[in-house]
Amino acid sequence: MPKQLFNSTRTLAGLILRRDRIQIPIWIISIVAATVALAAMFPQLYPAGPERQVIAQIMQNPAMTSMVGPGYGLDDYHIGAIVAHQMLLFTAVVVAIMNILLTIRHTRRDEEQGRIEVIRSLPVGRLSNAAATMLVLTIINITLGLLTGLGLGMLGLEGMTWAGSFLYGAVLTVVGIFFAATTLFFAQLTETSRAALGYSFAFLGLSFLLRAIGDTSSETLSLLSPLGLVLRAQVYVNNYWWPIWIVLAAAALMTLAAFRLNTIRDLEAGFFSAKPGPAHASRFLQSPLGLVLRLEKTVIIAWAVGMFVLGASYGAVFGDVEAFIQSNDLYQQMLPNVEGFSVTDQFVAMLLSVMSMVAAIPTLLVMLKLRVEEKASRTEHLLARAISRPQLMASFLVVSLLVAIVMQVLSILGLWSTAAASVENPFALGKTIAASLVYVPFMWILVGLAVTLIGFAPQQTSLVWLYLGYTLFATYFGSLLQLPDWMAKLTPWGYIPNVPLEPASAGTILPSLLIAGGLIAVGMHGYRERDIHG
Amino acid sequence: MAVIRVHDVTKKFGNFTALDKINLEVNQGEVYGFIGPNGAGKTTTIRILLGILKATSGTAQVFGLDAWADAVEIHKRIAYVPGEVSLWPNLTGGEVIDLFVKLRGPNNKSRREELIERFDLDPTKKCGTYSKGNRQKVALIAAFASDADLYILDEPTSGLDPLMELVFQECIAEVKAAGKSVLLSSHILSEVEKLCDRVSIIRQGRIIESGSLQELRHLTRTQVRVETAQPIPNLSELAGVYDLQEFEGGATFQVDGVHIGEVIKYISNYGILALESAPPTLEDLFIHHYQKEG
Repeated sequence: MPKQLFNSTRTLAGLILRRDRIQIPIWIISIVAATVALAAMFPQLYPAGPERQVIAQIMQNPAMTSMVGPGYGLDDYHIGAIVAHQMLLFTAVVVAIMNILLTIRHTRRDEEQGRIEVIRSLPVGRLSNAAATMLVLTIINITLGLLTGLGLGMLGLEGMTWAGSFLYGAVLTVVGIFFAATTLFFAQLTETSRAALGYSFAFLGLSFLLRAIGDTSSETLSLLSPLGLVLRAQVYVNNYWWPIWIVLAAAALMTLAAFRLNTIRDLEAGFFSAKPGPAHASRFLQSPLGLVLRLEKTVIIAWAVGMFVLGASYGAVFGDVEAFIQSNDLYQQMLPNVEGFSVTDQFVAMLLSVMSMVAAIPTLLVMLKLRVEEKASRTEHLLARAISRPQLMASFLVVSLLVAIVMQVLSILGLWSTAAASVENPFALGKTIAASLVYVPFMWILVGLAVTLIGFAPQQTSLVWLYLGYTLFATYFGSLLQLPDWMAKLTPWGYIPNVPLEPASAGTILPSLLIAGGLIAVGMHGYRERDIHG
Repeated sequence: MAVIRVHDVTKKFGNFTALDKINLEVNQGEVYGFIGPNGAGKTTTIRILLGILKATSGTAQVFGLDAWADAVEIHKRIAYVPGEVSLWPNLTGGEVIDLFVKLRGPNNKSRREELIERFDLDPTKKCGTYSKGNRQKVALIAAFASDADLYILDEPTSGLDPLMELVFQECIAEVKAAGKSVLLSSHILSEVEKLCDRVSIIRQGRIIESGSLQELRHLTRTQVRVETAQPIPNLSELAGVYDLQEFEGGATFQVDGVHIGEVIKYISNYGILALESAPPTLEDLFIHHYQKEG
């Protein structure tokens, strides 16, 4: 019997590898390369000497602990300890995200699209697809772990032993396998891939939160979270392996549970059935604008919460920021010295720049949804009715432009809420919100660019993401890597006045509004004149 | 009065010519069938009529207005059902119907409920859980619930069960009785035969035949089975006779529409005992055209 359940598993695993032959290497290479490249920068960021002890102090503050995990090995704070402490958790989260996305893609999404049905009509076991997915992801996670261990070990930095480097990789491997297994489990419960994704990400968020609370208050809570558990490996200092085995065992149990559920359920069915919804559209939904808001509701709310939390987590470290920046040459290099402004103000100016680029992501997501709808052949329903193309595009545009404002304000509110609790004199709220709004016209230029691409090069809309990535690189690392000035000047952010340190004048705001408006007008014209594909 | 007038429309996608100077005219109050195999250009034609694609050359007019430039004005008076209905997975069928009806114009509530009942649709289910047939029902209900002058339907019944196909045919009949026009692209030839006044056959981007079914039938062969008192000599040598099979006391054969008179006259000389003739079905017509051209 068991043999039949897994019939042709290897062939299906081959199919998965074949389908994702581009995607999988990109994930692995970018995670490994980013890890190694960032780790290589650490000796420069944290030169040996008394400053390290200041950093050790900061690492013990609860705000930092809640963000990156508990500090360890602080009495001999070598580069290995700093790297593992600051990077391991976030890398593990990225690996978890990769596993969630890939698992859903090959299980519930394939099933929903009716592709598994075709497979299952062939002499293929009932569990073969689930098993093939787990097999491929296990291989991916092991490869990722080995390459990371190899890359970090080869850096040969202070305190970064081979044993520690491979443990670092092993942490990523088991976290990956564990989240692949839990996602496989959720994929059995729900009927839709959206719901399965939702549960899996909620579980990841919960694991992170449980660890954050646990690390700052009670150790037991952290041990309940897989993310909390793996940090107890104390990579590069004590190199404990027991958390690895526990998480691996938990992953095996989850996989078995998922297999069990898979064998007792019907194809394309779940254990949570989809709830019935309203039989009538609310008055609110009955326009293109209402439709956009309804479709993007989840995205907008999730990002709104995310921006607030991002701001709040920066705000939480405000108390130590002055001590930190004054002790860190590299950050001082990144911050311009301006007479008459405190270090806090300078920190706010830097945060505004970074957070506005993050806020540009949901802004662009909303605008590019128009293209997503077109590709899914859903715009033709609207355009075949009494909706003109400018009207349809404007509905997405208006929401996108507003999202930029909302995200900016929320990030500042988040920043202020925790800064007010940790500092005696936080920055002035009204003034800083005004400063954050200075970024909005420049964010709108990116929206304008997206509109132009939708109008003239609908196949190439992802170029706008590349441009945002370049903007982030040129702006954030520009002063750090001492890149030439013109590189930042190729992006809108190169022209944004350094508020609140510099005043914002109409002379910079007006041209950016004009450019954004011009790009939008051009894009609208293109959209009106071209064929709708789908 | 022509509701749709397509004159010499050509559509190119890069080097590929999807439509090559096609002409089409649909009159007020007429149900017009548009048939052809996959990839012949039916959907491209319909999308040009909807102003979703822009014709490379030629004119496409609906209600005397330009299909591209006056799209919104035209769409206030038409209802459209695409062949492949893709809907928002997280909205319910009921919500989508309301949205579609609202986007066209005034909402007609009673008609909506009646159609939901006739098509037997659960409007509280999310579109993501609907089958192909149910998604098609959503689009059909939204189309028939709106009070349009022209219905453009692109293979609207490909996912429906026979019962629902009947409901669909009733809806078309009602619409026709109300003096509205319909452009129906379909693969189901018996359906086109039952519903349509006139048809066009499209093949590789060209209209190869247009006219009423009766006119088209003249162009093809009729199946004849005859029994006679005396054997018929030299039947195979008559003009327009094909596929002759003789048996004891009779024969079956096909005869070209234009030659049928002469042939019947000839065989009546031999004492007809029984004569059956079947008009060509649209299917015969269709296959005839493809074999001829292909």
